[in-house]
Amino acid sequence: MYNSLSSRRSFIKKMAKLSAMTAAATMFPGILFASEQEAGIPDSANLDWKKGPCRFCGVGCGILVGVDQGKAVAVKGDPNCSVNKGLLCVKGYHQIMCTQAKDRLTHALVKKNGRYVQTPINEALDIVANKMKETIEKHGKDSVAMYTSGQSTIPEGYVASKLMKGAIGTNNLDCNARLCMASAVAGFLTTFGADEPMGCYEDIDHADYFITWGNNMAEMHPVLFSRMLEQKNRRGAKIIDFATRTTRSSTASNKSILFEPQTDLAVANAICYEIINNGWVNKSFVENHVNFSKGLTNMGYGVEDKYNFKDKPTKIDFEAYKKFLEDYTPEKVAKYSKVSVKDIKYLAAIYGDPNKKVVSYWCMGMNQHTRGTWMNNLVYNIHLLTGKISQPGNGPFSLTGQPSACGTAREVGTFTHKLPKGVVTNEKHRRLAAKIWKVPYERIPAKPTYHATEMFRAVDRGDIKFIWTQVTNPLVSLPKTSRYRPGMEKDSCFVVVSDVFPTPTSDVADVILPASWHIEKSGLYGNSERRTQHWDKMVEGPGETTPDAWMTIEIAKRMGYGDLFPYSEENHVEEIYNEYRQFHEGAKHGMAPLEVLKKESGAIWPYVDGKSTQWRFNAKYDPACSNDKDFHFYGKPDGKAVIWQRPYEPAAESPDTEYPFWLNTGRVIEHWHTGSMTRRIPVLHKAMPEAYVEFHPDDAKKLGVRNGEKIKVSSRRGSCVLPASINERGLPTRGQVFVPFFDENMLINDVTLDAFCPISKEPDYKKCAVKVEKA
Amino acid sequence: MPIKSYLAHPQEGKKEDLIKALSELKECEVMPATNEDVLVVVTDTLDDASEDILKEKIEKIDSLKLLAMVSGFNSPQN
Repeated sequence: MYNSLSSRRSFIKKMAKLSAMTAAATMFPGILFASEQEAGIPDSANLDWKKGPCRFCGVGCGILVGVDQGKAVAVKGDPNCSVNKGLLCVKGYHQIMCTQAKDRLTHALVKKNGRYVQTPINEALDIVANKMKETIEKHGKDSVAMYTSGQSTIPEGYVASKLMKGAIGTNNLDCNARLCMASAVAGFLTTFGADEPMGCYEDIDHADYFITWGNNMAEMHPVLFSRMLEQKNRRGAKIIDFATRTTRSSTASNKSILFEPQTDLAVANAICYEIINNGWVNKSFVENHVNFSKGLTNMGYGVEDKYNFKDKPTKIDFEAYKKFLEDYTPEKVAKYSKVSVKDIKYLAAIYGDPNKKVVSYWCMGMNQHTRGTWMNNLVYNIHLLTGKISQPGNGPFSLTGQPSACGTAREVGTFTHKLPKGVVTNEKHRRLAAKIWKVPYERIPAKPTYHATEMFRAVDRGDIKFIWTQVTNPLVSLPKTSRYRPGMEKDSCFVVVSDVFPTPTSDVADVILPASWHIEKSGLYGNSERRTQHWDKMVEGPGETTPDAWMTIEIAKRMGYGDLFPYSEENHVEEIYNEYRQFHEGAKHGMAPLEVLKKESGAIWPYVDGKSTQWRFNAKYDPACSNDKDFHFYGKPDGKAVIWQRPYEPAAESPDTEYPFWLNTGRVIEHWHTGSMTRRIPVLHKAMPEAYVEFHPDDAKKLGVRNGEKIKVSSRRGSCVLPASINERGLPTRGQVFVPFFDENMLINDVTLDAFCPISKEPDYKKCAVKVEKA
Repeated sequence: MPIKSYLAHPQEGKKEDLIKALSELKECEVMPATNEDVLVVVTDTLDDASEDILKEKIEKIDSLKLLAMVSGFNSPQN
């Protein structure tokens, strides 16, 4: 009895503490409580603090993990890491707790007669290799596929690419970064001919204005947002939040501007119109460093299987571009964007003021957009017209969602069209890959095959007969899971899932391979600011858990490709990284040697002559600039960036009489993506135990909906029942509902639409039409 | 047996003083924010009268600028 009350009392104290922490977080976004994490450290602990990057999000905070007698017992921010300067967010502090979850996958499981049977790892790897080989022999190499992750380490992505493209000879490799960053990649490539941001986080210390485009940084990138708030308080820097929903970021900003979903395209054009109309164009920058182009329009939305699109760029001149913008006067755009003329002019005046430094930040709001590539182009247009780019405190900056979306997915190239350097369609790039991989050049196919959405459509159609997913949970994260879950359950496809915990994806697997978690293996990530970060294995994983890279190598060996994968189990991370670095040799993308990364909290590429390059394309900072001018956009053959003429086009699906609400989906600060890790961290799970559907209070009143009441959200694809949330975490605009996607018990992606940007092939999770009714 | 949580805001430059003063009160658990001038305070007292006395003591601390209650729970006596 006494114990029970004591435990109840201790629970109540925790709840009281948590309530206060939550309240503090509302007042001070990004607030940190380091002592909370240290409270669990035993007094006698003689901790060995080991350096690494955080497992969650793309910011790439440096962490120090306290290890006591082979067990990770604490995490603190690394004060020597310039990314976070010792700060961490609530997920960061508690990350290691997930490894203690009782349902951890510790051994391989093989489905036999409808039941999972614990199987020795070597036997399970034999089964996977034999099945993959047999499928290729029977149905051809394009019948097998791998689907990996922006959370895969650099070596994991590299060996997956080498196995699929170099050894087997298929481009059936894509990754979940397609769902979050592909539009940023396509935007960078079309505008600059080179991927990834030109600036770095130090921009925060120099900018006068931060304009966030559809980006709730207070919850998604809290440490960076804290750094921005610090500048706001210390120097009077201003934060302008431009979004479709009022969030913690909006309330902490100097100004919040709301827009109608999809009309960000028009507002960006209106800003450019104003910049030109008011004579704020940086003429010498534009004349020296910019070309103008237009592409195809009315591209469609990719909702049909085997949809195909290729843009056809045409050069235009400044006058034609100026004429095009006449359709985007603030007065015209205000009518459908619901952004006032005054606010459009206000935004334009900030960008147009030559004495103000401006950084634009964005993440999923602009990328998960059926015109995501265009949206990225349009924000670059603003910075190029004003010459506010590639300088400390001035620049466009797309943030990543995952810890190695840049380092692995984009730089190693775990997309169907990519190679570690360049693309499969380029003969020179294929020849380089063949040389480094020591495979016949002809083996690497020149044509991309399936991007993520199409890959799972191919599984559903029966075209892909073997799929191996690593470090990702597509049956929670894909759009329109109402189609892809039954697709994966079909007997026509053999499903292998490598993961740390059971998920709805592993539920449909034929073989489940037990993966090592982050600190149980060595690895490298690459964060949003081109920083490559290394860590050494800190603790042993339980049971037969194995690093993903090593499992891929073991499969390759079993399939007869051992000569291409001559790595040792003890040093494979180092051996792979050293091989991979060869792809990026040179001033434009040189990567730091491993010995540097072991000592420092990361280095920013291009790493040239022992130095990180913080601002690319600016001759003052970037040794790769070679045109004898102040700026050199060397990703393009003529050294000039491109201003793209991109119009406003409506969303793939808009509210109508039958489905009258916009559905917007996203994340919450407590949970990492599909929640497979953070929902196993008690303090985070208690803080946010389940998903919800957020209403504008006027809509809730009209529908007679009360807080907590069960609501059925339905679309033409499927439905999901969730509790209502009114005036709690966020406030959607009238006519819009918002649902976070972390909760595997409330699968909102059964409802979303698998429409995507025709150029980047990234789906739009932010806009589809739904109806809401009491369940 | 009330358990309550508060946000305690220190006077400018007095965060450390406030942490020290609150930590000396045995019914208080203090958790300072790492990067902001605010403290989470959880109080655990025998009854409402003790809670009132404690609150008075806290409010007399010179380094305290503002004490804002966030939540209050009552736990059965053991």
